[in-house]
Amino acid sequence: MGKFVEPSSNDRLRSQYGPSDKSAVRVQRNESVTIKAEAEGLNFFYGTLQALKNINMEFPANQVTAVIGPSGCGKSTLLRCFNRIHDLYPETRYEGRITLQPSGINLIGPETDPLEMRMRMSMVFQKPNAFPKSVFENVAFGLRLKGIKGRELEEQVERSLRSAALWDEVKDRLRDSAYTLSGGQQQRLCIARALATDPEMLLFDEPTSALDPIATGKIEDLIFTLKRDVTVIIVTHNMQQAARVSDFTAFMYLGELIEVSPTKKMFENPSNKLTEEYITGHFG
Amino acid sequence: MSDFRRIIAKRKRQDFVFNIIGIVCTLVGILTLGALLVDLLVDGLPRLSLTFLSSFPSRFAEQAGILSSWVGTILIMIVTACAAVPLGVAAGVYLEEYARKNWLTNLIEINIANLAGVPSIIYGLMALGLLVYQFRLGQSVLTGGLTLAFLILPIVIVATREALRTIPQGIREAAYALGSTKWQVVRHHLLPYSVGGTMTGIIIALSRAIGETAPLITIGALTFIAFLPPPPVQAQPPFISFGWIWSPFSVLPIQMFNWVSRPDQAFAVNAAAAGLVLIVVTLSLNAIAILIRYRVRKRIKW
Repeated sequence: MGKFVEPSSNDRLRSQYGPSDKSAVRVQRNESVTIKAEAEGLNFFYGTLQALKNINMEFPANQVTAVIGPSGCGKSTLLRCFNRIHDLYPETRYEGRITLQPSGINLIGPETDPLEMRMRMSMVFQKPNAFPKSVFENVAFGLRLKGIKGRELEEQVERSLRSAALWDEVKDRLRDSAYTLSGGQQQRLCIARALATDPEMLLFDEPTSALDPIATGKIEDLIFTLKRDVTVIIVTHNMQQAARVSDFTAFMYLGELIEVSPTKKMFENPSNKLTEEYITGHFG
Repeated sequence: MSDFRRIIAKRKRQDFVFNIIGIVCTLVGILTLGALLVDLLVDGLPRLSLTFLSSFPSRFAEQAGILSSWVGTILIMIVTACAAVPLGVAAGVYLEEYARKNWLTNLIEINIANLAGVPSIIYGLMALGLLVYQFRLGQSVLTGGLTLAFLILPIVIVATREALRTIPQGIREAAYALGSTKWQVVRHHLLPYSVGGTMTGIIIALSRAIGETAPLITIGALTFIAFLPPPPVQAQPPFISFGWIWSPFSVLPIQMFNWVSRPDQAFAVNAAAAGLVLIVVTLSLNAIAILIRYRVRKRIKW
């Protein structure tokens, strides 16, 4: 889907997006970056209410893409389309495509199995929702669903806990209830649980909004290291977090995608006036 | 300023008066229960003995005992539990997790709640027509157990649903987000986490069923029974026998009712002793329910 050129001072690609303009929003970057997922003409309806309006955007592979915007702009809705979790609720409807590379399948198509999508995309939720089981069983659950057991299961659990920077803190308490951990530790446990199944994409839905600044810092450092192996989409309320953690940032407003750019450009020199007003705090 | 003081003083008086009224109302309930227990204790405790518990009923008050009654009660409870628990929990899980929310489901929900309030003798009439005559199950432990199972089924269903509702939606979403099917979520998460609340509801339902007399009289529980059902374990193969399911039976409340209806005062003492046993069993069941609820609450705090 198109080539992406290095912006020159004369030929700068403006990411203008107004309510009547249906053109695709291209991200400015080098040609060597591959795309992991692309949304094309994505609309989403809760019953008769349209929550996403003609979203066209790309999510580069092995990068962190942040989605920011005021409450109610549809960023969580967009995120939840990726692992088809809307399917659990009645009267939800998708239109358009989300193409997953390299397989080229349509994530939201009726021919795609939501269960398969959920095993390939992992989600971390806003409020840490560790299961009331032991630390080990929390991480192991996704693996057991895949039929992994025994020694291999234990190794994978340890690997996930290490990737989530939690192993040292819990290695002596693997059999203790997950609820004996602190809030920040529980959220990292949820991240370990999400990592255990080797997902292709990690979907973070405001992962640190319920945590204190120290726990937030640890998780942000973690997200930074995770992108080596997975593509990350992070929805966040907190613009500074987006600025700290992401490579690309998308700004949404009232269900529409207003602008998407590399993070540095988004925060220093946004192309769209609405974006600039949001970033400078004129509304939100 | 004194206006404020007057108004406030008046409201404080009303507050105080309601406080007293509340205490009095509570005491009425507690004292009634206490009087009942004391009455039973005074009348029945002297009569309570190991012989009483191991003798069959008899025409002679001194020799009468409750052996067949409490054995019958236990057997009935076993059948009731085996029938009501799987049916009720499965129905509760289906209604809460699987059924779509449309007018049909709403109708079913309303009717289940209504069923809990149907007088128990109606269940007896239904069981008489359906189980005793139509299915020819006879006036047996099986019929009695199934009748009581129908009776407590709505309670078990509602208890299961309430227990499932306490599980936060976030846990379900986390389980689904890992790629579980609905059954996997139910089996590995919802049922284990709700077992405390469900067990409490089941035990309370059973303790209600233990005291039910009307439906069992209707289906033909005997009031005088001087033999025990055949034992479930036999010496000859096959070593397990289900003959006890088909046997006639009596239960404690019916025995009490039978004794109290007799003019001889000595039987009233027997009835009081039997009543004591019944109350002890009921209170123990409730205590177990409370203990389970307490232990589960300590383990899982949402």
